[in-house]
Amino acid sequence: IFFRQGNNIFFGDSAGQFFSSGHTNNWAVLVCTSRFWFNYRHVANTLSVYRSVKRLGIPDSHIVLMLADDMACNHRNPKPATVFSHKNMELNVYGDDVEVDYRGYEVTVENFLRVLTGRLPPSTPRSKRLLSDDRSNILIYLTGHGGNGFLKFQDSEEISNVELADAFEQMWQKRRYNELLFIIDTCQGASMYERFYSPNLMALASSQVGEDSLSHQPDLAIGVHLMDRYTFYLLEFLEDIHPASKANMNDLFKVCPKSQCVSTPGHRTDLFLRDPGSVLITDFFGSVRKVEITTEAIDLTDPIKEVEERYMHSYVDQLPVSEIIHQKPKQKDWHPPDGFILGLWTLILLVFFQTYGVKHLRHIF
Amino acid sequence: MFLSERRRGQLAALSIAAVVIIVGVPLWWRTTETYRAWLPVSQIKELAKLQLQLSADVEVVFARGTVTPEQQKKVPLTQTQEEERAIDGDLIILFLILLIRNTKLESKFFSCHVLFLPEDTALSESPCGSLVVYVIPESSSLLPEDVNVYIGQRRTALLRIGPQMRVGKTLEQLLAHLEPRIKQVLQVMSFSHNDITAALSDRVRFSPDNKESIADSMRAFKSSPGYEITFSLLNPDPKSHRLHWDIEGAVQTYIQPLLTKLSPVANFSIDSQTLYYTMLGVNPRFDTSRSAYTLNADSLAHVINPVEARLGSNAASSNPVLNFLLYVPDAQHSPLYIQGRKKQEVPSNAFHSPRWGGIMVYNVNGFYGSEPEFPVDINIDMAKVMGVFLAQLRLLLGVQSSTPPPGFLVARCGSTGLADWELDRLMWSRSVENVATATTTITSLAQLLDQIGNIVINDNIAQQVSSAVTSLQLAVAELEAGNLGFALQYSKEAILASEKAFFDPSLLHLLYFPDDQKFAIYIPLFLPMCVPILLSLLKIVSEARQRLEC
Repeated sequence: IFFRQGNNIFFGDSAGQFFSSGHTNNWAVLVCTSRFWFNYRHVANTLSVYRSVKRLGIPDSHIVLMLADDMACNHRNPKPATVFSHKNMELNVYGDDVEVDYRGYEVTVENFLRVLTGRLPPSTPRSKRLLSDDRSNILIYLTGHGGNGFLKFQDSEEISNVELADAFEQMWQKRRYNELLFIIDTCQGASMYERFYSPNLMALASSQVGEDSLSHQPDLAIGVHLMDRYTFYLLEFLEDIHPASKANMNDLFKVCPKSQCVSTPGHRTDLFLRDPGSVLITDFFGSVRKVEITTEAIDLTDPIKEVEERYMHSYVDQLPVSEIIHQKPKQKDWHPPDGFILGLWTLILLVFFQTYGVKHLRHIF
Repeated sequence: MFLSERRRGQLAALSIAAVVIIVGVPLWWRTTETYRAWLPVSQIKELAKLQLQLSADVEVVFARGTVTPEQQKKVPLTQTQEEERAIDGDLIILFLILLIRNTKLESKFFSCHVLFLPEDTALSESPCGSLVVYVIPESSSLLPEDVNVYIGQRRTALLRIGPQMRVGKTLEQLLAHLEPRIKQVLQVMSFSHNDITAALSDRVRFSPDNKESIADSMRAFKSSPGYEITFSLLNPDPKSHRLHWDIEGAVQTYIQPLLTKLSPVANFSIDSQTLYYTMLGVNPRFDTSRSAYTLNADSLAHVINPVEARLGSNAASSNPVLNFLLYVPDAQHSPLYIQGRKKQEVPSNAFHSPRWGGIMVYNVNGFYGSEPEFPVDINIDMAKVMGVFLAQLRLLLGVQSSTPPPGFLVARCGSTGLADWELDRLMWSRSVENVATATTTITSLAQLLDQIGNIVINDNIAQQVSSAVTSLQLAVAELEAGNLGFALQYSKEAILASEKAFFDPSLLHLLYFPDDQKFAIYIPLFLPMCVPILLSLLKIVSEARQRLEC
């Protein structure tokens, strides 16, 4: 118990909590890397985690949600504007206050890495940025189709575990996080956290290398699988967590044992400085604010001036508008036209055979 | 000249090989290399060592009765004092204090017995970063009995000579007595070891014994070129209360002077809003002993999140936002008081959250009058409200009011809410923080570009890095010279340039090419071309060797 006389800080018994976690705000980056109707479960996974995180206190302004968002209004959806996570349509995770920051074709590896490292063009709005500082705890959740060392983004590109580790290292260099929890629910998910090397990272995956993560249950009316097993049991666990809960990370590691998940979930804590048993779930999934009582006030005696004239307001140039307008178009790398190389080689071979004739080939070989 | 077929074939093969090697390989190399502009790597490495030298000018004025006239002639004009501290092993900071001793007998200021310092006179217009210390005799009655040092509002301090210096003092003894005490004054008014270590919290991880400065560093916002301040009035019960607050006038009168004074440190933009039907999200408990509703300290932490989801902000920039909320409880839950952790009363009825903002609860049931007819018109007392918000603003911006050592008396800050020396303290720690952050950014950028050989370094990035390096060197030089204003300005420029260079969107390329992918691209291009050439060269060589043998 700390007591500083006559001043603003009164430390009660939560002094330990104030110092032990060292964070003042929480962020969450939730990414669903698949599109198309048969990947319904990945969108339901991400939305369920989004709902839990919002329920536990993280506001929309601190959540970056990246979804293909083609489920709720898909032509094949028998119940439009809904995404269900339980069979028999028990829980609609889409709701009416979902704020998707990157939707559709904006969910690319490049945008994901730009969000993490902060290298966004200046015209990007605030809601699409990860404005974390050195006292932010960040939760990153990825789901989709993955393999040994890579994760597939929207069926057209992939991110490798080396790139991810490098992105986290760049975040660390710029002190963009205090602690980071990385959860991945894909096949062979453990390969994605093998290459991490920055401090204060904790990682959880739904399956080991060589194993597949399986989906939970199909709904016969909708016709697709609704959730993946790991996220389903993760959510069951999170439903018991409330903002004042004291559950710690060791409980999270026990979620979905092999009997329920069929795959073996893995975790990695060697880069994390604190002991996982002392890390609260709400340190990452919720947003518990530290508060201090204000004990001082300044004595103001001047009367309020009459604001007679409207002052000419000057607006600080917050966006470099002239730079944005006059931006040169992005330099695209030049590629030779398709088939060019094939045609070039055909020409070379034709000329060669014409000059020397086939029978002279033995001079060369 | 007719060459034989075989000879022609050999010449053709040789010339093709020559063209490939002399023209083709350099062309391929040139066209596939990435453009990397030159970066001043050696200068960056120099800066990374971060040897800072902070110097403060202190002017010491001896009042009548402290030195005899003969001694006065012998007082040296300037004297410097150095103190070297190492923080975290690899960086060294030199505290260099230049004492310009300047003896003047300004008796007219010290004859009156009023505790008004000669601050309002033109004498004490010290430039920022410097101090004036007046040394007064021990018997002077300007200061109360138990107070030895008085710190005024504008970079001046009164220092009373200790009783041991009364009889038979020599000049050396006097100076030796004064030096540590002046150093102590300097530590309170300008910078101390703890302040500088706190400013460098990016590079240095704290030792756990200094919990106070950890809490201070966690509470205040990090240095940023601009801040957005939002004042919100929360009225959950518009049917009972019709609230009027003159926010524009209040901001102009009370808050704007502080922000104008802080303009060398950062830009501020202010806006305000009113929210209706927004409850606190926590149910207050009725306390019969006080016949009022109370919110205890533990539940305060859960108040902020539900409210924050509804707060609007018009911030188009990425600057940090400070929120100040004024909550007027609804008629059923009036009056509402905040309780401290030990159930004690909180006179300001307000609390704040580190790096977020503050909330104040304003009870209006006192304004009801005898026969309240709802809705009641209420004019909010903005002076009281702004007093609390100003205090919270000071804390959140990092103007620490740490406990002064015993025997010190600190003047209350004026109506702007910020004393000059507090501004200086903030400027010192901000300059050091900016320099350290910019250095770290530039160093890690250089390391990153070095490690990943495929990243393209455009000219504009190189230019930003060079200008950041120049600004950093200038900032360090100005800190050494003691020009605090210029040092802060250069450090801000350095931060802007380094952040622009580090976060440039062009620095992101999907550049991880595993080796097998590289082979898969190059083999179909080069193998069909190289195989005939190599084989024909080998044939030439073997024939030549055959000829030599026979």
